[in-house]
Amino acid sequence: MDFIIQNILNALQWGSFYALIALGYTLVYGVLRLINFAHGDVFMVGAYIAFFVSGFMLGDTLGLSPTVTFLCALPVTMILTSLVGVTLERIAYRPLRRKGAHRLYVVITALMCGLILEYSNLAVLGASRLKFPELIHKTVWNIGGVTVTNLKVIVIVTAVLVFLFLNFIVTRTKIGMAMRGISYDKFAIPLMGIPIDNIIVFTFILGSGFAGLAGLLFAMSYPILEPFMGMLIGWKAFIAAVVGGIGDIKGAFVGGFLLGFIEVGVVALPFLESTYRDLFAFTILLIILWIKPTGLFGMPQSTKI
Amino acid sequence: MKGFLKSVGLLTILLVCSAFLLSGCGEDKPKTIKIGFNLPLTGDIPEVGEGSKNAAEMYLKDINDNGGLEVGGQKYPLEFVYMDNESKAESATNVALKLIEQENVVAIIGPNSSKQAVPAGGTCNENRTPMISPWSTNPNTTLDRPWVFRAAFLDPFQGPVVADFASKKFNAKTAAVIFDVSNDYSKGLAEIFKSSWEAKGLGPVVAFESHGTKDQDFSAQLTTIIAANPDFIFVPDNYNQVALIVQQARDLGYTGPFMGSDAWGTPDLIKLCGEQCFGNYFSTHYAAAGAKGATKVFIDRYEAAYGATPADYAALTWDSIGIMVEAIKNYGKVDADPVEMRKGIREGLAAITSFDGITGSCKFDAQGDPIKCAVVVKISDKGEFVFEESVCP
Repeated sequence: MDFIIQNILNALQWGSFYALIALGYTLVYGVLRLINFAHGDVFMVGAYIAFFVSGFMLGDTLGLSPTVTFLCALPVTMILTSLVGVTLERIAYRPLRRKGAHRLYVVITALMCGLILEYSNLAVLGASRLKFPELIHKTVWNIGGVTVTNLKVIVIVTAVLVFLFLNFIVTRTKIGMAMRGISYDKFAIPLMGIPIDNIIVFTFILGSGFAGLAGLLFAMSYPILEPFMGMLIGWKAFIAAVVGGIGDIKGAFVGGFLLGFIEVGVVALPFLESTYRDLFAFTILLIILWIKPTGLFGMPQSTKI
Repeated sequence: MKGFLKSVGLLTILLVCSAFLLSGCGEDKPKTIKIGFNLPLTGDIPEVGEGSKNAAEMYLKDINDNGGLEVGGQKYPLEFVYMDNESKAESATNVALKLIEQENVVAIIGPNSSKQAVPAGGTCNENRTPMISPWSTNPNTTLDRPWVFRAAFLDPFQGPVVADFASKKFNAKTAAVIFDVSNDYSKGLAEIFKSSWEAKGLGPVVAFESHGTKDQDFSAQLTTIIAANPDFIFVPDNYNQVALIVQQARDLGYTGPFMGSDAWGTPDLIKLCGEQCFGNYFSTHYAAAGAKGATKVFIDRYEAAYGATPADYAALTWDSIGIMVEAIKNYGKVDADPVEMRKGIREGLAAITSFDGITGSCKFDAQGDPIKCAVVVKISDKGEFVFEESVCP
């Protein structure tokens, strides 16, 4: 029994990261119909920003305590990472959109932006890995054979809070209404006096900001940073978003946890070998898409977000 | 259409010219002996590529400061070409091909890890170019490949060393293994360890779990392992994964010991893993702390030049170059034609029966594999690799 609960906790933690990254994919897709393939790498940049921010705060000039550093690094990382996302939108996506380029070209641009982020990191910082400092003193709780760390709890709670926050923004606020509006009709919305570019920038701020948050938490949970760390997890989170129904906030959240549960579940089941994890995980996802091509919560055509 | 024809014509002329240019070079008297290096300078294990390159640069300086390598009464400067295989199997074969076909090297040193050395060894063998892998321990690297050699011991030897040591030291009855399924080295060693542990008859391997190279979360595998309650966990993984695995296992409440393999032996392990790796053991090729003789001289010089203790792959690269140099001397002349020269070096390599290197002396068997001792080291509380035990075949 504790074996099962332990694995549920493992899956919740791992799924939280998928969910946090998938939310960023889904936000941008919901508004712009753009698959922002650079998102996984924005997440990587977020982790690096967190590394340098917390390194600076812990360093000699400021000398803050680890806990204070964590609390300060959180907003700073989110703001700096969202700047990266907005810059990408400004220099890569907006010019293409202005010229009326087909969405396909923007997606290819996004892929290239991701590679540029990876390789510029490799060029500047080199291939050697970085060790993320311990910001929260780790406590391991053992409850009836099930172990859980305080960090795990923080990660899971954060993922749920971020989901609730984004869901609130998109469904209950004026700016969320504008976002949904753009997704309905990109041409009619400016005629209503809504500044479409500002809304898009806001979307990128939200998506990249939370990628930065995910980067910080990820670096704390798996404290080894390398330039390509965002690639695989980014792709998998994208798949999670698609399975959940891309463009739908709830879908990204559920899809992320679903993928986490499937991945951990395949390894944990005694009659399956861990070697087959990705094979089984993606076969299950394929079957889901086969039955419901728009994803679990997705709706056909333009009524997303 | 006209423009297209024109560019095709131009291209043909260029190609023909370059062919002449190349053959023109070949007819000159050889001025240098060109050796290629197939190293992981970026990718999963950049530290390994860096260390190997440092050792090679040191060797190169030694030889060329003396005017070059004396072969057949004449001195030829050495020329080393370093290429990055990104720590990927497919890039390693590309690099090998590039070194052979474009750089016209007479021999190749590297790749280091078996993941790249097994496929690149195939490429070198097919293209009839001698290759020495410094660090690869997987049997398949040299198996039935007369052109491929190595400087390290083999996993069929390392596996039992680990099993024997763990059963003695931890008084262990049961073992668990976690390994990287997409890494030839890790998978091969895990399987060899499993069979040699079971052959001892002390107890079973209670969990045998795998993961992928890019994985960062191992909690599900580790939960299964911990639930099986092993006496120790064997982790034949690269140092970056070791750091994550050890930390996550401790988070899940595992308090027992870990046992590692030679891939642990990098300074980066301590940087990434920190205190959590202290007190664990791994098998390796040599122990830097407490070395004597030529090994000590090498370590001191390396430390003076690069400010770090050389890891086993740096020492093995040094020995690989030494073996290569001996082969060239055995051949006794330098040919203008790299193909001729490669054949000669291969014969020179095959003629070596024993070699005294800084990682110990060894004999070579019919497969071109060295028979040499392994050491088990302990990671001390200061993060140093301290000699614990030497095991000879």
